[in-house]
Amino acid sequence: MADVQTIARHIPDRLESRGARLIKSWETLLVAVALAIFLVNSFASPYFLDPWNLSDATFNFTEKAMIAFAMALVIISGEIDLSVASIIALTSTVMGYAVQLGFDTPALVLIGLTTGLLCGAFNGLLVTGLALPSIVVTIGTMSLFRGLSFLILGDQAFTGYPASFSWFGQGYVWWVFSFEFCLFVALAVIYGIVLHKTNFGRAVYAIGNNQTAALFSGVRVGRVKFVLFLLTGLMAAIASICLTARLGSTRPSIALGWELEVVTMVVLGGVNILGGSGTIPGVVLAALIMGMVTFGFGLLNVPGIVMSIFIGLLLISVIALPILYRRFRGRRSH
Amino acid sequence: MLQDTTISRTRPAVALEGISKSFPGVRALSDVSLSLYPGSVTALVGENGAGKSTLVKILTGIYQPDEGTIRVDGAETHFPTANAAAKAGVTAIHQETVLFDELSVAENIFLGHAPRGSFGLIDWKKMNADARALLSRVGADLDPSIRLRDLGIANKHLVAIARALSIDARVVIMDEPTAALSHKEIHELYELVDRLKADGKAILFISHKFDEIFRIADRYTVFRDGRMVGEGLISETTQDDLVRQMVGRDVGQVFPKQEVAIGEPVLTVSGYRHPTEFEDINFELRRGEILGFYGLVGAGRSEFMQSLIGITKPSAGAIRLDGEVKVIRSPAEAIEAGIVYVPEERGRQGAIIGLPIFQNVTLPSLSRTSRSGFLRMAEEFALAREYTARLDLRAASLDQDVGTLSGGNQQKVVIAKWLATRPKVIILDEPTKGIDIGSKAAVHAFMSELAASGLSVIMVSSEIPEIMGMADRVIVMREGRIAGRFERADLTAEKLVRAAAGIQEAA
Repeated sequence: MADVQTIARHIPDRLESRGARLIKSWETLLVAVALAIFLVNSFASPYFLDPWNLSDATFNFTEKAMIAFAMALVIISGEIDLSVASIIALTSTVMGYAVQLGFDTPALVLIGLTTGLLCGAFNGLLVTGLALPSIVVTIGTMSLFRGLSFLILGDQAFTGYPASFSWFGQGYVWWVFSFEFCLFVALAVIYGIVLHKTNFGRAVYAIGNNQTAALFSGVRVGRVKFVLFLLTGLMAAIASICLTARLGSTRPSIALGWELEVVTMVVLGGVNILGGSGTIPGVVLAALIMGMVTFGFGLLNVPGIVMSIFIGLLLISVIALPILYRRFRGRRSH
Repeated sequence: MLQDTTISRTRPAVALEGISKSFPGVRALSDVSLSLYPGSVTALVGENGAGKSTLVKILTGIYQPDEGTIRVDGAETHFPTANAAAKAGVTAIHQETVLFDELSVAENIFLGHAPRGSFGLIDWKKMNADARALLSRVGADLDPSIRLRDLGIANKHLVAIARALSIDARVVIMDEPTAALSHKEIHELYELVDRLKADGKAILFISHKFDEIFRIADRYTVFRDGRMVGEGLISETTQDDLVRQMVGRDVGQVFPKQEVAIGEPVLTVSGYRHPTEFEDINFELRRGEILGFYGLVGAGRSEFMQSLIGITKPSAGAIRLDGEVKVIRSPAEAIEAGIVYVPEERGRQGAIIGLPIFQNVTLPSLSRTSRSGFLRMAEEFALAREYTARLDLRAASLDQDVGTLSGGNQQKVVIAKWLATRPKVIILDEPTKGIDIGSKAAVHAFMSELAASGLSVIMVSSEIPEIMGMADRVIVMREGRIAGRFERADLTAEKLVRAAAGIQEAA
């Protein structure tokens, strides 16, 4: 270790091969955990391996995972968006209101996406324009957006969505593959490319590791962050369309508490809650793990309260594990 | 000054004898001695990097000397911790005073030794009354119960001094106490120093400003390159004499300056001003030239340079680059125009710790290494290799986190990052601050090569040898204005120090 500074003039690109780094990665650990849960579930319940059951199980996580992709970028950049669940509620409410006015499916989708983007733009403006801390801004808008939803709906529920609209939450593209699952896969690929293969993704990492130096290096920090908040708004709107279509109705309590599950998913996926590191494959694996755990508990008739205890323990261990893991790796490399 | 002869015969309150202190690659202090006498103000003068702050840290127990002894009232002692130094009656008032914004004035004064009442609870009444008494001794009419954050910087200094009195400090170290004060506040501080003197405190006064040294100090000690080069009574010296002792070095360091034909003007700055940081900045930078910017810390050099790349917004002024008027509102636009800035604070503004070396290097040049927004790793590694090799970077791999490198090698990565953008003008702000001698030489050699290859270089530096060794022309800034312009031919260290400190030319 001491000789690192004095090694030869020719500096290699990388010391470790791709394979060596992959084996040591957090994602590999997640794959192992996912396989273990898969095996436990298949032994614990004879119904687990049924393709249609598995297909149903994907609905547990697809909507949250869509938001988690955008959230991963936001958290890597050193910010957070806690208003996503409330954006789902407001978007759903606005779409429900539009249904009462007689809008058809394409118009509803457009209205939903616009609502989400506006919410995201509002968050982004407060964070970048006024330089407010995002955790404070989005706790505020979390109450604000859901409050608006309550204001419009009261204790009512909007129903009467057109039959064609329900396809977004209940339709299948091919065999057991639902529209939602296919969208989840497509978004995973898109976000993976954006974060890992583009200049934009690099800027996100740079900002998360050192915002001032990134600014000095010509990264348009404000613009990047604004786009990130637009993206979480947009993803929340897409999730809202799927969820509303799946449920067929809108209540103001829709998706209550989802922001924490989304953040849990992101952190379990290996994204550093303090920003600067994390990957999309990690988030995809975390989504699969959380989905399978929920599904397995459901099959075994585990009561809801145990589920919530498990999620709580998962959250704590997810925060602690990466730290212990890094400590362990750090000790070994010395 | 008759009294002074009597003072110097009295025993010093604190004496340092034969103190040496080394850091990896740097000998900060060698065989330094300093005595502080009760009722006397000793001024410590020297350039940046002469070892003044290291000495203060040894006196206050933050650093341990490698060699030498500390005597308090003649008895040999050690300050293993800051607390031990405080207990021995040594207290320091820094530029940014170490106080607690959220606590009250009285709590700040008595933190750690508050008067106790029954059951060991703090006797608030007594504490506030004592605080008020101490404050009135230093001439501050403050309510002891208000929070410190509501006070201005001058009053905070007064609170710090009251704290020094409360722990019965016998030695008060003032490290550039006037740097952040207004004219009126400075005069109040002088009166206070006089009062502390009358109280019999031994005072060490560190300052770059000659007028105040001659106003309040009784004795002086001059440091240069970690050695004590002179001491004596202020009444027996002159400003010229002090300046000569400060800079009079043998030119031991050889600077690798190449002779370069200076070309046409590249950058013209006219009428740059800022409401608080700088005013009326005009100059021309030519092709192949190294233009030095010298000045004291806080002269507004970095603030001005940052306005050139769009970090701080000037309130007026214009720049021309290659004859064309340019408006630069962000670092991204500056990079596009071909002006880059290697910042002084390497850790905060330069290197992105957590990202690998190659990603640090390519960050401002991504538009060149990528294709329609998509990264191309092979191009990135090639670019990073090209520029880090030119700077002779020592690293295990280009994929290594830049945070695992030494300071000097981090600086090479940062400079490589900016060169990779192929700029026309490169601004280096204290490029060799805090890096080892080997890396320093590499940076200097490289700077010369850059100028020879037709780049225009602005070098902000507070180190006189570096300025004298590297610059073709020097602009001296003082309090946000240009205080002097010098050609290489008629550059002397004395002239630089005079201009920076605002001393009139000797008749």
